[in-house]
Amino acid sequence: MRDRTWGAGAYMAEFASARELTEAVRAFSERGYTRLETYSPVPLASGIPRKRSRLPVAVFIVGLLGGLVSYWIQWYANAYAYPLDIGGRPAHAIPAFLIPTFEGTVLAASLAAFIGFFVIARLPQPWHPVFEIDGFERATIDRYWLAVDAADPHCAPDRIVRELSALAPLRLVHLEPE
Amino acid sequence: MSAVARPAPSLALAEGDDWPVMRGAPNDAAITDMVLAPLWHTRRIWWILFAISALGTLLLLATVAYTVTVGIGTWGNNIPVAWAFAITSFVWWIGIGHAGTFISAFLLLLNQRWRGSINRVAEAMTIFALVNAALFPLLHLGRPWFFYWLIPYPATMNVWPNFKSALPWDVAAVTTYFTVSLLFWYLGLVPDLASARDSAPSRLRRRVYGLFAMGWRGSGFQWQRFNVAYVLLAALATPLVISVHSVVSLDFSIAQLPGWHSTIFPPYFVVGAIYSGLAMVLVLLLPLRRAFRLYDIVTEAHLNAIAKLMLAMGLMLAYSYVIETFMSWYSANAAERYTYLASRPFGPYAVVYWIMTGLNVLSPQLFWSRRLRTNGTALFLASIVILAGMWMERFVIIVTSLNRDFLTSSWHIYIPTWVDWGILAGSFGLFGMLFLLFLKFVPSVAMSEVKELRIEMRKTPEQEPLRA
Repeated sequence: MRDRTWGAGAYMAEFASARELTEAVRAFSERGYTRLETYSPVPLASGIPRKRSRLPVAVFIVGLLGGLVSYWIQWYANAYAYPLDIGGRPAHAIPAFLIPTFEGTVLAASLAAFIGFFVIARLPQPWHPVFEIDGFERATIDRYWLAVDAADPHCAPDRIVRELSALAPLRLVHLEPE
Repeated sequence: MSAVARPAPSLALAEGDDWPVMRGAPNDAAITDMVLAPLWHTRRIWWILFAISALGTLLLLATVAYTVTVGIGTWGNNIPVAWAFAITSFVWWIGIGHAGTFISAFLLLLNQRWRGSINRVAEAMTIFALVNAALFPLLHLGRPWFFYWLIPYPATMNVWPNFKSALPWDVAAVTTYFTVSLLFWYLGLVPDLASARDSAPSRLRRRVYGLFAMGWRGSGFQWQRFNVAYVLLAALATPLVISVHSVVSLDFSIAQLPGWHSTIFPPYFVVGAIYSGLAMVLVLLLPLRRAFRLYDIVTEAHLNAIAKLMLAMGLMLAYSYVIETFMSWYSANAAERYTYLASRPFGPYAVVYWIMTGLNVLSPQLFWSRRLRTNGTALFLASIVILAGMWMERFVIIVTSLNRDFLTSSWHIYIPTWVDWGILAGSFGLFGMLFLLFLKFVPSVAMSEVKELRIEMRKTPEQEPLRA
């Protein structure tokens, strides 16, 4: 699942605390809503089901490749292209090569984790429909938002509005479809 | 939601510690205002400190320019003391950097929640210390404009770095460490840069912070992916805490010089590195806590924890000193015995040796006292003393080993020149300037982590019962 872009519009409720938001998510999930998203200044255990991130697999593979490439560079440079005989020591010096191999593994894996995050999270993305909401700035400071897709197959817009209002949010906003 | 299940955090550090990691549970808006205030308003003291450190940076530029123009003959080192001030400072600055990764990555994996309000400062310190550290070996090359010869690339000369030497290992270790520290730091900053974007008082600042925040909007999806990436980077950075200074120590220990040729060096260097790094964290954190009134989020619990860690590191370091000296006697090797039992304690640099031993071994003993562990003044002074002691330790290891080795006819006394002193003093200026710029332009406390901690604290029923 990707991050939601609310192409069909959304109904959004603003809350003052994380607890109110997680309770709202629970209430809506129990009623069968599936297209929900939260916006909050802190990571929340909101209970919205999500797929496991595949980032760890990518990081593992890229790290492994980084290690192999680092080892190959050293073998190529010191054992194949230009072997130096210093005191009869072996040109292909496995223990010595392991240290840069380790560093290459960590470097490649870290770059994969960093770049992978921005690719998966679709960042940078300077504009998003939710930024059009007045006062949404506080979602990164002290406000907790629940967004329900206006096209949620579960029920009609008027019912979404009614059920959101019942949670007594600070504000209820309709995000227009694009 | 988080892909990595975290056990329930314990908010007290250990049984018997009565200090909370956060006092008064300030609300989200108050935390944001407190952390971001220095970004929007510049105090006069900032300008004064900035002017001083900028002068230091100018001194650095001048001495570096002089060194590059005239050559490293302007420094005091000469055969047999081929390495002296520059490598001492390199090892010392790299060591300082270790505490940042230790606090931000190691303690994250160990679920030490108190790190949340100090990790950003510690990570910034790591990056700036590494910038300084990298400067010294580059200058030591003599012709720093050929630094890229250290990198394996298909050159027309057909000459490659020799990977059987410890020096290319160093290049690999330090560049990896710098890159990973920078990535980890920036990733952790993204949500906080978004907070800065969203509370910026002017359009220009909103644009600039918005650019760096990359459009972060704090959706549950983003947070989940963020947590996965952050924990992955922490897990990758953690072995670097151990490996970087181990690799640096191999520069010495794979040589046959008495005083260097020792298997104890990797753990001995790592312990010393974390020790001096924690001291630097305190040197930066204590004035910061006072200047920005961060008493609610940097409490006695933090000071107590750092002081305990420093005591542990100090004891391990003292143990290393004892073992190192004992092994030289036990080796029954005349050159080894001379270095450890005659040259260091009674030779030309005996004063430095005894001051170093005194400072590094005795000063952490203060932290057996619970009262002193939370006393800002005592911690600050002890940290300065430890930083000085650790610099001297590296000086003793490098210079006393080189100046009197096997061949008596080659013995030579090393005396630093004004250029050596100027570069060292100037590097403090650069470090200070970078750190002040960080305080001015970057949120210096991980706000999202502090807010998360607050939410977890309020879940405890005695503070605020959950509504039915």
